[in-house]
Amino acid sequence: MGKDRKKEKIMFWVFMAPALIAFLMVQVVPFFLGLYYSFTNWTASAQSSIDIVGLKNYIDAFKDTTFLYSTIITTIYTLLNIVLVNIIAFSLAMLVTSNIKGKNIYRAGFFLPNVIGGIILGYIWQFVFNSFVPKVGLALGIAWFDKNMILANANTALIALVIVSTWQYAGYIMMIYVAALQNVPRDLIEAAQIDGATPWQRFRAITVPMLMPAFTVTLFLTLVNSFKQYDVNASLTGPGPSIFFMGKAINGTELLAQNIANTSLVLRNTALAQAKAIIFFVVLVIFSLIQVYLTKKREVEL
Amino acid sequence: MNRKLTRNILEFAGITLSIFFLIPLVLVLINAAKSNNEITMTPLALPGNWINLFKNIATIWASPNVGYQKAFFSSVVVTFFSLAGITISSAMAAWVLVRTKSKISTFLFFMFVAAMVIPFQVVMFPLVRWFSILQSTFGIQLLRSYTGMIIAYMGFGCSLSIFMFHGFIKSIPIQIEEAAYIDGCGKFKTFFLIVLPILKPIYVTVLILNGIWIWNDFLLPMLILGKGTDVQTLPLAVSNFAGTFLKSWDLMMTAILMALIPIVIFFILGQKHIIKGMVEGSVK
Repeated sequence: MGKDRKKEKIMFWVFMAPALIAFLMVQVVPFFLGLYYSFTNWTASAQSSIDIVGLKNYIDAFKDTTFLYSTIITTIYTLLNIVLVNIIAFSLAMLVTSNIKGKNIYRAGFFLPNVIGGIILGYIWQFVFNSFVPKVGLALGIAWFDKNMILANANTALIALVIVSTWQYAGYIMMIYVAALQNVPRDLIEAAQIDGATPWQRFRAITVPMLMPAFTVTLFLTLVNSFKQYDVNASLTGPGPSIFFMGKAINGTELLAQNIANTSLVLRNTALAQAKAIIFFVVLVIFSLIQVYLTKKREVEL
Repeated sequence: MNRKLTRNILEFAGITLSIFFLIPLVLVLINAAKSNNEITMTPLALPGNWINLFKNIATIWASPNVGYQKAFFSSVVVTFFSLAGITISSAMAAWVLVRTKSKISTFLFFMFVAAMVIPFQVVMFPLVRWFSILQSTFGIQLLRSYTGMIIAYMGFGCSLSIFMFHGFIKSIPIQIEEAAYIDGCGKFKTFFLIVLPILKPIYVTVLILNGIWIWNDFLLPMLILGKGTDVQTLPLAVSNFAGTFLKSWDLMMTAILMALIPIVIFFILGQKHIIKGMVEGSVK
């Protein structure tokens, strides 16, 4: 028996080994290394020694106007995205669960942008905003579109980012709503119908409360994915047109993930980038905990 | 009458929305068949001659500035071996994690799951540094190599995959495995011959979720492979090309189109599984 036990234990580690080793190598060690490096003077250039500098990077991060600006626009971008993606996705879900013809084709069509990589999407939409939109504006006689390049202005470029992420993400969130809508019990709706509830009343009093668990998921996903946006940001706008913020010229459409990346890739200050990344992580966790708390509270038990 | 009207409105909305959704992709297709001049003058018109499409494709196919063939091959290699690695290693780990009741297995499972909240930005720079330390200490080529990419994807992909396998294995009755032991099967035989086949519905999901992520990923290959080096994945190659040729929209559109073709074909062939798989992965 004792021998079996021991063999069992060895087999446990044998089966764990491939995944565990990769996991330790790629996530655990770098995570703790990263924590350590955020307190040092590590740079992306060759250096003779890496020394501990205490909280300097964190203080620098809080003083860094580009980081503050990125946090602000990322928050705005995330909020706009949450609202727009979910409204569109929900409407699409209602549409493709209604009794129209060709539902499956619609579903696949709306979902398609989601399987295309963000980098490629960004280039496609660069063309849309730079060539297609001005031409359409001209054809419709809207002079504004012809005179203003959407991507050349920090504010409109941010809106452009929201449009592209909505286009990319709505079909995916739609399918989560579709799954949830199909789970709303038919007899509940029929009972309400017999009681004389109007379609709007049925929607407000049955469908929406029954969908609260789905809202928890969709809001969480849009929140986290918007906050971490990098690919579309990098290829559609890049750092963007420069603007004045708190008396300094800075990049107008640099979302947080890009700000972190460029702090190391462009400015070569990897330790500062690392400190920013850890702040980013903490902020993201706080935001998502608040969101999950708020939506969970509204879920109903059946 | 009222019903019919609503239905017509809905159908109209559906068609309008689909057009809006598909316009960007249609623009890529029609403009990939034009010369740069035509694109600037008439980006909305249908191409004068579709033959141009094949000419442009041939140009990109052979162009050393894109390196399409090599990049396509690299993407396939990285995706294929990463998927094989993730799926088998995660299924193995998840199986013993479910079947072994101990503090260690609970802790390990918790650790894998907890890591899902860590954004890539937190680990990306230390990861590159760590790989270069390993590389200079042990002489294993991890940066700018397939090996490094595959290990990285296994490390990042295993969290969600173990989580999904774990949930499914819990629902499989242990009697099947016990019967196999009695028949004299060892652990490996039991796992590969009995357990793995039962896991099929989950590994299809795991393959799709990880496959689409790896195929499209940009930041990780950019950091591990570097831009413009020997081994480039497709998104990297397109991005390099865009860096220098963004104003030649004809070639750019063709490059984009050719980057789109594999994934769009894949999506059309397996859309049912893909949509289901990706949605399942999110809800869990």
